[in-house]
Amino acid sequence: MTLFNAAHALRWTAWLERAERRLPALTRLRQPEPLPVELHRRRIYILPTASGVGFGVLLAVMLVGALNYQNNAALLLTCLLGATVINSMLSAFRALHGLRITRIQAGHACAGEPLALQLEFDAGGRARHALCLDLDDATHAFSLDTRGGETTLAMPTERRGWNRVPRMRISSTLPFGLFRAWSWITPDHEALVYPRTLAGPPPPSDQDDGVQRTHGDEDYAQLREYHFGDPLKRVAWKASARHDRLLIRELDSAAHDAPQRFDWAMLHGLDRETRISRLAGWVREAHAAGRAWTLVLPDARVLGPEADNAHYHRCMTALALLP
Amino acid sequence: MNIAYASSERQALAAADERITPPPEIKDRLDLRAFDLLCLTVACVLAAHIAHLPPWLAAALSGLLLLRWLQRRTQRGQIPRLARIALVVALPVAIVTTYGSPFGRTPGSALAVGLLVLKLLESERARDARMAVGFCCFVLMSALLFTQSLPMTLLVALALLPGFACLRALQPDAQPRRYARAFAPGAWLLLAAMPLALLGFVFVPRLATPLWGAPGADNARTGVSDHMAPGDLADLLIDDSVAMRVGFDGTPPPKAERYFRGVVLWYFDGRAWVPGVAGIRNGTPQPLHAHGPVVGYDVTLEPTKRHWLFALDMPLDAGGGATLDADRTLRRDKPVDNTITYHVDSALQYVLAPELDPRLHRAALEIPQGYDPRAQALAESWRKRYGSDDAAIVRAALDLFRDGGFAYNLAAPPLGRDSIDDFLFGTKQGYCEHYAGAFTFLMRAAGVPARVVAGYHGGFWNDYAHYLLVRQSDAHAWSEVWLRGRGWVRVDPTAVVRRVISAGGGAIGSGSGDEAGNWLTGLRDRLDIVNRLWDRGVVGFNALRQSELLAPFGIPHLEWGQLAIALATGIVVILGIGMLAALRRPSVRPRDALEAAQLRLQAKLARHGCARAAHEGPRDFFARCMLALPHSRVELNALAEAYMSLRYGHSAPPAEPVRNYSRAVRAFRIRGVVK
Repeated sequence: MTLFNAAHALRWTAWLERAERRLPALTRLRQPEPLPVELHRRRIYILPTASGVGFGVLLAVMLVGALNYQNNAALLLTCLLGATVINSMLSAFRALHGLRITRIQAGHACAGEPLALQLEFDAGGRARHALCLDLDDATHAFSLDTRGGETTLAMPTERRGWNRVPRMRISSTLPFGLFRAWSWITPDHEALVYPRTLAGPPPPSDQDDGVQRTHGDEDYAQLREYHFGDPLKRVAWKASARHDRLLIRELDSAAHDAPQRFDWAMLHGLDRETRISRLAGWVREAHAAGRAWTLVLPDARVLGPEADNAHYHRCMTALALLP
Repeated sequence: MNIAYASSERQALAAADERITPPPEIKDRLDLRAFDLLCLTVACVLAAHIAHLPPWLAAALSGLLLLRWLQRRTQRGQIPRLARIALVVALPVAIVTTYGSPFGRTPGSALAVGLLVLKLLESERARDARMAVGFCCFVLMSALLFTQSLPMTLLVALALLPGFACLRALQPDAQPRRYARAFAPGAWLLLAAMPLALLGFVFVPRLATPLWGAPGADNARTGVSDHMAPGDLADLLIDDSVAMRVGFDGTPPPKAERYFRGVVLWYFDGRAWVPGVAGIRNGTPQPLHAHGPVVGYDVTLEPTKRHWLFALDMPLDAGGGATLDADRTLRRDKPVDNTITYHVDSALQYVLAPELDPRLHRAALEIPQGYDPRAQALAESWRKRYGSDDAAIVRAALDLFRDGGFAYNLAAPPLGRDSIDDFLFGTKQGYCEHYAGAFTFLMRAAGVPARVVAGYHGGFWNDYAHYLLVRQSDAHAWSEVWLRGRGWVRVDPTAVVRRVISAGGGAIGSGSGDEAGNWLTGLRDRLDIVNRLWDRGVVGFNALRQSELLAPFGIPHLEWGQLAIALATGIVVILGIGMLAALRRPSVRPRDALEAAQLRLQAKLARHGCARAAHEGPRDFFARCMLALPHSRVELNALAEAYMSLRYGHSAPPAEPVRNYSRAVRAFRIRGVVK
């Protein structure tokens, strides 16, 4: 059965590919295309929306009624309404026709967080209203003036590294919502996604080990939840027993003004992705707190110590691109 | 991998990071603007229907609409469910108690309008609004079932605009648009829809017979009736609505000749004149010998719900699917439920029935026994005095009406049992039906065959559009007497009456018409051209007229299939034009006169294979052109110099040199191109 399905799917894909070769307008299978992408008549599709179909049925009823009652004024009204609806179809087409996507700029986001995707448009000399961009079940509405403009939408991210910007649907139901004109865009553009960050314990520092803390286990303010990867020796066992969950003795990290060192080698015993995530988490925390840090990569490349934005992006990019 | 970004790029990306906002959802919730427009649409629908809604319902629905609008302004949310259910139950109940049934045109439309307003009560989402607007269109159309007049159709078409504006406001636009702008897209599309709408209207094949029972127009004016008792016509004579419009093929007949016969009344029962037994009316038309010119004309008759049509005295043939009756009236099987147009030829001078059938002769002399003894005595005295001279008896009767102290009065005093005696010797006041009835009675009593004819007389001649406008107030009744050797002769006794007490709308003698009215009625009569065009062109465009559409092009009768082909072809052509318009790009608009001239030059050069590439600056472009077109080298060089100095030598190019440059561009010809 499964085999049959698989064969079936294969045949279907083959058929689609053949159709794609014959009809390159089938943009669902279109290869990623370089920018700028211009929406022209061969890649804009129009179909009535649900309310458009309903309106069509209504028009048919009106037509039959007007003809049956031999009421010419009603027939004229019906014709006028029908012609306006057809005009609105052309209007929907015009809303997209000639629109050009000139540039795509991806922002930065860690995997699992939405990534800001900025699209720049050339409106082709016309103001464009009520355009919709569908990306992965989310719809984003925007308008452009005659000079064009830009819009930013959120792209969901799954994994770190270079992610291809997914297929997007740009559509418009102007002016009356009776027809939807749409076009698929598969831009040849990749966005760099930073690694997923794991909020974790602060990195073990050299000063940490063997230093007696001045506060005891009772100091709840200094306790926090256990995170995967915390060293067992810092589990506050007594407090954990009282609260039925693992608690960790928090270190007073504010005391550290010296650049922190986030070393790949520190995180042994964890799998590769968790290590990357943990490092990314530390980098992010340090950057948010405005502290300087040094990142040591598995190939012993050392970045830093520095504290600025550029350093942050450099570190995150390096982590994202780790093999 | 390159990880060293330029810092500006990085800042831009960081800024993009911050700009990210939760994507605005496709709004499903009806915002205030769209709701206002929806309320306006419903109000327009209500206005279109208000004339035939019962007053209590009109008031209740208007109040409900206003309340809902105010409520939605102050607080979001629907009307409580319980109240809505109560209203939904109450509406049909109220309509059924008012009309007895929810079916039929009037109760049906009242129900539809009511449901529409109730729909508004629960409209909170965009989907509701879309449905409501669709329903509005349908209910608007149903308003045209009541009247197809031009103003009503215009009102209904205009009422589409707020509906379109509402649909437009439901679109996910970031910035709210001004109210005036909200109507613009719909208005433009509506205007652009005119050609296609007209095409559809002209070529959509009409149904010759309805698919299901179609109600006739019960808005029809009854017009001239076939029952004429004293006082019957009074309401008609003050009714200003249009009865028919007549366009003549040649010159119109003189005013005094414009008698349109509708129905001939043979039988008098002592009070009322009625057509009489069918055996007299029906049958072959009485022979007619026309003298003098024959007038051809088109009559556009408003619905009357009667079987007879009107024709100028004396019709030679029948049009409009009617047959000619024995007494030369036009009669058709189906009552006139819609506006119809028909063509008739009439003779203005004629001899009708020089020999009278004995049966008709008898019928034309019949008077009821035991009525009006004094009138009978008067008639017999005339017979004694004038012997066999029937024409002298006619003259004697007319003299009586002229000099006997009779007066024209629309508000005629009531008459008793012997109505003609009362009129002739008592009140001496009345209008056409009194005079025609009394005259005919006198003639019959004196032994002169006579009958009453009811129809229209006069009308307003519109000099601009060349047609005669006949209103209900032009309704008239006159007599026909049969004189040996001359046949049936028309006698209008009302015309000889001298004194006027109350003239009302106007069918007084021959003097009905334009000079009687004030300037306002004159203006109204002139503006009637538009209504006439509407009635003939739109309302009266039926299956028959449609099938004769291409008769001037040699296709006498269009079949259903041909109409469909014509419709499809037209749609393809118009849509093709529309698509070309949709594909048109806005042309590059030059910044200034200099750039305009430069674009012209570039277009000229492009025709000779030197198109300016996007990356090319003017210097490179000109250099390439000079290489490619060596024969025009000198001119091109001069143009290049001029352009460079104008474009780059000034912050704003001076006007006069730019004009010179423009002239030079226009004069520039490319010479000696070797292809």
